[in-house]
Amino acid sequence: MSEILVLVEHVDGEVKKVTLELLTLARSLGAPAAVWAGPGYSETARARLAEYGAEKVYVAGDQEIVDYVVVPKAELLAQLVAGKSPAAVLVAATAEGKEIAGRLAVKTDSGVLTDVVGLGAGFVADQSIFGGGVNVRSRVTKGTPIVAVRPNSTAPQAAAGAAEEEQVSVTLSDAARAARVVERVKQEKGARPELTEAAIVVSGGRGVGSAENFAIIEKLADSLGAAVGASRAATDAGWYPHQFQVGQTGKTVSPQLYIATGISGAIQHRAGMQTAKTIIAINKDSEAPIFELADFGVVGDLFQVVPQLTEEIEKRK
Amino acid sequence: MNIVVCVKQVPDTATERKLRSDDKTLDREAADGVVNELDEYAVEEALRLKEAHGGEVTVLTMGPDKAADTIRKALAMGADKAVHVTDEALHGSDALSTSYAMAQTLKKIGFDLVILGSESTDARTGVLAAMLAERLGVPQLTLANKVDVAGSSITIQRVTDYGFDRVEATLPAVVSVVEKINEPRYPSFKGIMAAKKKPVAKFGLAEAEIAADQVGLGGAWSEVAEFAAAPPRAAGTVVKDEGDGGAKTAEFLAAKKFI
Ligand SMILES: Cc1cc2nc3c(=O)[nH]c(=O)nc-3n(C[C@H](O)[C@H](O)[C@H](O)COP(=O)(O)OP(=O)(O)OC[C@H]3O[C@@H](n4cnc5c(N)ncnc54)[C@H](O)[C@@H]3O)c2cc1C
Ligand SMILES: Nc1ncnc2c1ncn2[C@@H]1O[C@H](COP(=O)(O)O)[C@@H](O)[C@H]1O
Repeated sequence: MSEILVLVEHVDGEVKKVTLELLTLARSLGAPAAVWAGPGYSETARARLAEYGAEKVYVAGDQEIVDYVVVPKAELLAQLVAGKSPAAVLVAATAEGKEIAGRLAVKTDSGVLTDVVGLGAGFVADQSIFGGGVNVRSRVTKGTPIVAVRPNSTAPQAAAGAAEEEQVSVTLSDAARAARVVERVKQEKGARPELTEAAIVVSGGRGVGSAENFAIIEKLADSLGAAVGASRAATDAGWYPHQFQVGQTGKTVSPQLYIATGISGAIQHRAGMQTAKTIIAINKDSEAPIFELADFGVVGDLFQVVPQLTEEIEKRK
Repeated sequence: MNIVVCVKQVPDTATERKLRSDDKTLDREAADGVVNELDEYAVEEALRLKEAHGGEVTVLTMGPDKAADTIRKALAMGADKAVHVTDEALHGSDALSTSYAMAQTLKKIGFDLVILGSESTDARTGVLAAMLAERLGVPQLTLANKVDVAGSSITIQRVTDYGFDRVEATLPAVVSVVEKINEPRYPSFKGIMAAKKKPVAKFGLAEAEIAADQVGLGGAWSEVAEFAAAPPRAAGTVVKDEGDGGAKTAEFLAAKKFI
């Protein structure tokens, strides 16, 4: 079976969930070969990749790979594409993943598909465009398909793989060293899952009313192990940091569950959350367009409904 | 400093956006064209850098004739001149083709700094800046929420999941900006009037030395095989809060096995 390269996303040596999703997807189309870029690789990581079906693990552990923006990872993958002739390359459709995919496509003279939500025989890809309004099937017509897959689009399923390890050394070009990371600044990460990866997202909008009030949104999120999102009205007002904005000019999320509180459901907001599997809306205006999308809606004051919901969830634990 | 800012015309999100049934490309006639919102931040950043360091701001757009409206808006904000890459042969270009055509044009017109929006609201690929940096062989300083130039060195803050990375490079470079890096100015009446007299150079394939077999539907590296309107979501249950809204929501969550 031909190899499919899967670029591993990892933080502090831990494999992220999206990689397990990508391995699951790759398994349906070929033999997944995980690519570990940068330091942090360990036996624990190998075991995790094996658990989700990686037949091979290519490890390029040089610190240099993460000292520069994007290019070293693209060069590593390009080197593997040339050397191993994989059937396709899968990366997570995060902001950086897409940039890696873009550069790799140019380097290998291959087509690239972004924000893919499904992948079938012949690497025909499903994409959901225009904020979820239109479903598209597309395919790469030249080179090796480079596919950026949206987090949460495949349910990860364990299935043992050999995870045979192969160390690779990447020779970086001068171009790879052109944009150097001189400092990494970590801000209020907390224990919450990353917004685009989270299985559950709880979002607050203008109805939340203030930065302080976002505490009740966070409490609900924490009771569910969810990430917190915000509408643009809320980020514009400075109530919640901009990187948590969901929508057309913010992040696109596709969680199992999206809870919108005090959000009207403007088209630009919907563009970022419409593909959530289950949607709950809490809004005091029964005419709010968000209810058109909701699987379950409560017309009511979020300051009553949200704390009660949090309490009920805690009770059931 | 010679700054080129890439501005794209996109269909207004507020109107219904469609693909054409004949060649499965974006139907640009069906919807009103507006400036890709994120590109307004790119224009603003270009203008601020020019105000601080001197130089010139050139608007670069690739698109059909009607994209000229988008160019006028950027000129009205204060850009000095524009290059409009337009040719029937470009219709249907994908990200690789677009980046190729724009890189060819940039090589022709020269630059110290190229600034883009981080993403377009129609294609939403967010790959163009990275592709341009690759093709032009210059540093990629993307997803910036802060840009500082001092002489020939440039530093940005690159937004990440955990906060930001401070990234350093030397000009020339390609930068992309995220929303809220600044507050884009509104064109003044004077600016709108002045924009009418600013030069807009039209480039076809020949002028930009773009090879026809690398662009358009025929040259693209990917294709849309089929498409269909997404099925509407099934209607859900909406209840009025009678003091038990939270509890009812919890019941729904339990029934769906979320809790
Ligand atoms: C080019 C462009 C790009 C945009 N990009 C984005 C984007 O990426 N993301 C985004 O979110 N928006 C985006 N917008 C903005 C979008 O159009 C809306 O303005 C925005 O989503 C509104 O946010 P909201 O729903 O929080 O606020 P509103 O529309 O003001 O809605 C607030 C809601 O809260 C309800 N409410 C108030 N108080 C309570 C209470 N106590 N209890 C319960 N409910 C209450 C109200 O009934 C109302 O429905 C964009 C706009 C443009 C033009
Ligand atoms: N046809 C185009 N003309 C000018 N700039 C463009 C064009 N397409 C994309 N861009 C620029 O590239 C950015 C990212 O676009 P995209 O990769 O399509 O999401 C946009 O914000 C624009 O700055």
